[in-house]
Amino acid sequence: MSSRISPKEVAHVAMLARLSLTDEEAELYASQLSSVLDHASDIESLDIHDLEVTAHPLGLVNRTRSDSVVSGLSQAEALSQAPDEAQGMFSVPPVLGEPS
Amino acid sequence: MSEMTNMSAFEIAESVNNQTVTATSVVEKSLALAEALNSKLNAFLAIDREGALRAAAKVDSIIASGGSPGRLAGVPIALKDNMCKVGLPTTCGSRILQGWIPPYDATVTKLLESEGAIIVGKTNLDEFAMGSSTENSAYGPTLNPVDLTRVPGGSSGGSASSVAAGIVPVALGSDTGGSIRQPASLCGVVGVKPTYGRVSRYGLVAFASSLDQIGPFSSSVMDSALTLEVIAGFDLKDSTSYDEQMGSLSAQKGLSVEGLRVGMVTEFVEGSDLEVVSALRDAANALTSLGADVVEISIPETKLGLSAYYLIAPAEASSNLARFDGVRFGLRVEGSNIEETNVLTRTKGFGAEVKRRIMLGTYALSSGYYDAYYAKAQQVRTLIKSGFERAYQQVDVLISPVSPTTAFKLGEKSLDPLAMYLSDVCTIPSNLAGHPAMSMPYALDSKGLPIGVQILAPALREDLMFRLAFALEGSSTGAPSLDDSIKEAINRG
Amino acid sequence: MANAETDLKDLGVRGESDFLPDGWELVCGLEVHTELKTKTKLFCGCANVFGAQANTNVCPTCLGLPGSLPVLNERALEIAAMIGLALSAKVQASIFHRKNYFYPDMPKDFQISQYDIPLNADGYLILPSGKRIGIERAHVEEDTGKITHLGGASGRIHGAERALIDYNRSGVPLVEIVSRPDIASPEEAREYVSELRSTLVAIGASDGKMEEGSLRVDANVSVRPIGETPFRTRCEIKNLNSLRSLVRAITFEAHRQVAAYLAGEKVTQQTRHWDESAGRTVALRNKEEAEDYRYFPEPDLVPLRPSEEWIEGLRSQLGELPKERRARLVESLGLTDTNDQIETAISVELYPFARSALAAGLDPKITVARCANELASLAPLDESFEISWFVELLRMETNGEVSATQAKSILAEVAKNLISPKAAQERLGFSQLTDDQLTKTINEAILQNPKEWERFRTGEAQLQGFFVGKIMKATSGKADGKAVVRILLATAEQR
Ligand SMILES: [Mg+2]
Ligand SMILES: [Zn+2]
Repeated sequence: MSSRISPKEVAHVAMLARLSLTDEEAELYASQLSSVLDHASDIESLDIHDLEVTAHPLGLVNRTRSDSVVSGLSQAEALSQAPDEAQGMFSVPPVLGEPS
Repeated sequence: MSEMTNMSAFEIAESVNNQTVTATSVVEKSLALAEALNSKLNAFLAIDREGALRAAAKVDSIIASGGSPGRLAGVPIALKDNMCKVGLPTTCGSRILQGWIPPYDATVTKLLESEGAIIVGKTNLDEFAMGSSTENSAYGPTLNPVDLTRVPGGSSGGSASSVAAGIVPVALGSDTGGSIRQPASLCGVVGVKPTYGRVSRYGLVAFASSLDQIGPFSSSVMDSALTLEVIAGFDLKDSTSYDEQMGSLSAQKGLSVEGLRVGMVTEFVEGSDLEVVSALRDAANALTSLGADVVEISIPETKLGLSAYYLIAPAEASSNLARFDGVRFGLRVEGSNIEETNVLTRTKGFGAEVKRRIMLGTYALSSGYYDAYYAKAQQVRTLIKSGFERAYQQVDVLISPVSPTTAFKLGEKSLDPLAMYLSDVCTIPSNLAGHPAMSMPYALDSKGLPIGVQILAPALREDLMFRLAFALEGSSTGAPSLDDSIKEAINRG
Repeated sequence: MANAETDLKDLGVRGESDFLPDGWELVCGLEVHTELKTKTKLFCGCANVFGAQANTNVCPTCLGLPGSLPVLNERALEIAAMIGLALSAKVQASIFHRKNYFYPDMPKDFQISQYDIPLNADGYLILPSGKRIGIERAHVEEDTGKITHLGGASGRIHGAERALIDYNRSGVPLVEIVSRPDIASPEEAREYVSELRSTLVAIGASDGKMEEGSLRVDANVSVRPIGETPFRTRCEIKNLNSLRSLVRAITFEAHRQVAAYLAGEKVTQQTRHWDESAGRTVALRNKEEAEDYRYFPEPDLVPLRPSEEWIEGLRSQLGELPKERRARLVESLGLTDTNDQIETAISVELYPFARSALAAGLDPKITVARCANELASLAPLDESFEISWFVELLRMETNGEVSATQAKSILAEVAKNLISPKAAQERLGFSQLTDDQLTKTINEAILQNPKEWERFRTGEAQLQGFFVGKIMKATSGKADGKAVVRILLATAEQR
């Protein structure tokens, strides 16, 4: 079994994705992800760096809407599914750090 | 089986408009079946008895006052539970969205309802549409009504199962890598993935935005044609929706396929089971006898599809699923700060397959790997597109297997993600290219399990695809026999 | 030993270009975020307004609800390209990317922004001083919601007990203007932001209100010994919400870094926060730590391919930029450089007055002076204050129908009551004295001051002021000075 991705890397990726894993899970995911990445070695080895990418199958461009106000949700509707609210706002536990 | 549930959407709409039956009686029957069968199939995550009957009564009152409720008047329709309808929960088969009630309608919901269709409920799916068996639902697997020991395919397994069992004539699914066509094939119904951009994705909870596309399931080709005609079209709310009108699909019925050049894709045939290949050859022969020119054609680029797909789809998913963070909606597991809350919520709320793909996608996008994985995979899409383009210079449409196998046993592939991923090998290339493709039930294997034939067409040529499907319908073995316990429940009801 | 965290005061600095110790120079680049003046948000139809009740300008898209999709605001795109054109940048084909990171004010947990291919690239801004500041890029992106930190010390993030989030601002269109590290002093930074702001306001892109957050500045600051070519480690300073903070923060930070180097310490790359009350920058967290935004092309939006016609159409809407306004006034005053009066007169509020008066052929000196002094002191002017009133008043003053002093009083009256200058003149009782009335008053003054008159008549020109003063006094200032002089001289000639 190749290990293209180590349990340590899996743990780092989980941190970026805001997931927590047990050590056993990290091991398991490392081996499963490695086998998927192994399969992907067929495209990794292709020499196609000058080729265009296809991000949009149909090649549409310049899609815009006009700058006119459309009514959205009321405050009550916006908050109706909130796990917690206060003073018309979404309430969450304190934020540790500033965004980068 | 009751007469009414045997009626196609086309017949229901006609009968309701003619006042031969009432929408209420049709919907009542559909609800009764849904309720009777759901304990066995687990096809529905929500059955909206009250809302459906209210909508049916409205259709009936429009008819009574001489109005015309639309092209799908009184047709009971099920929505895969990743499409929004105000007032009904949308769970995506996930714990993280348990009980979430969207405050807005998906564009498809609006379009269906504006033509008189009645949404009877929301169907089960692999969590966030990630899977090929509908076993990855937080609310338990859906079973195949043809054989309850087997999976219905996925991820739109609930929609395929509910149509195959005759609960609804039409259901909507979403197809990111084969999630409509593969379950359609495994359950023996028609399933259509339109051209990317043909149907608005507004209100479809995104899995992989550049691949996702909504489409219909139905028992007959005509019902899918009719439904797609209703839901297709430009939507100002979806920047990727296509603005050119689609030609009539229902008008393709009865048109000749004589002289039509049909290519059988070598690469998709190679890895498929013998019985699946033999069904495809039967279909090819049938087309030949109808005057089409069938040739074998090789598109080697499609072999790269699986790898590209399993980098692109998880990458987009990792970003699309970031918003499930416990702040604004859905599950929250509160920690001492927001960072911890995000982690606790997501760790508890997502199932294993979703986490696996989020991590794979996060990895593929992370610094140092982006060029080797994500960017490369997007280039492979260009290769696959050009492979199809080359093929379409020689032929008008393509045919292939849908799935390399017929319906597999529950649990058979759940321990090996890669083996499960391989069941999408024939369907994925169409998503990567953005082309339309559909699954036509065509034959049964030695166990009586359905085998579908895939019809692929160039971008925006749904008309050609349907012409071939209508032509093939005549020689199809028809609907499979349902599992005995399902038959029994239907008869009792 | 020099403490790197020394207080600003102890450094005894004021912010001029030679503000650093001998042999050191500042290398500074600014990132300016400007909110665009559109009716709606960048990707949804919610109103783009400041100060509404929390979570009332929201919809599925700007709340990031599952299944929602973004659709680009046409006007936001136009304004963004106009910013590029105003900064002499190349407006080019571009795409949107997703910048992925978790933060509760960002509903999708990614920001739709532009990354390696921005809408506008490679521009510059020429400061009034003539210095050219390079603009690397000006790209389009969406704003975040707003967090209120509850409990704890002072509404600050540290020590808070709860966070409340309002998403009204989420999705408001922003353009981020990234300068090259061409700024060499805190004063230059101020000049750059202020010129940029005037430019944005002039083209109608922004209301330029720093205090409402519609213009926000981050500064990338590093220092190096003069003569050294490579850049040294830089720190990014956030929360600079006034020009004063900008100057103070850059000054502090540059000194902090020099002090660190002089003490043999290293400067670490980090994000720092400007603490206005303490007058210092404080470290937020180290940049090396887990910063991986996983940018990738936004699949829900399609590429932008601006056409030549579209770009030229926008260029024709730009109007006169501050640099062009400045040049016009400098030239019409016959000067070679700008001055404070000109800088005031080219502001967005005053310039239309100056422009119209000049176009009407009125005296440039009076025009600029009345704009920069009297009109400026009356700002903000009511919306129904008509430009033609100002032009008419200047005409009255130039023709001698009213005196300079009267003109100023009339202007104040016009602004206060929103009436025409003629009406104001009447209301103030400034109906101009006729020549006959003036001649009579002048003759009286001559009779009362025969000696002085004789001296004036025989060539002592300095006595002109004496007589003008007498006549002004006699007419309670209602006389037009110019007319008085004219009649005085004519009378002296006759006798
Ligand atoms: Mg930015
Ligand atoms: Zn909105």
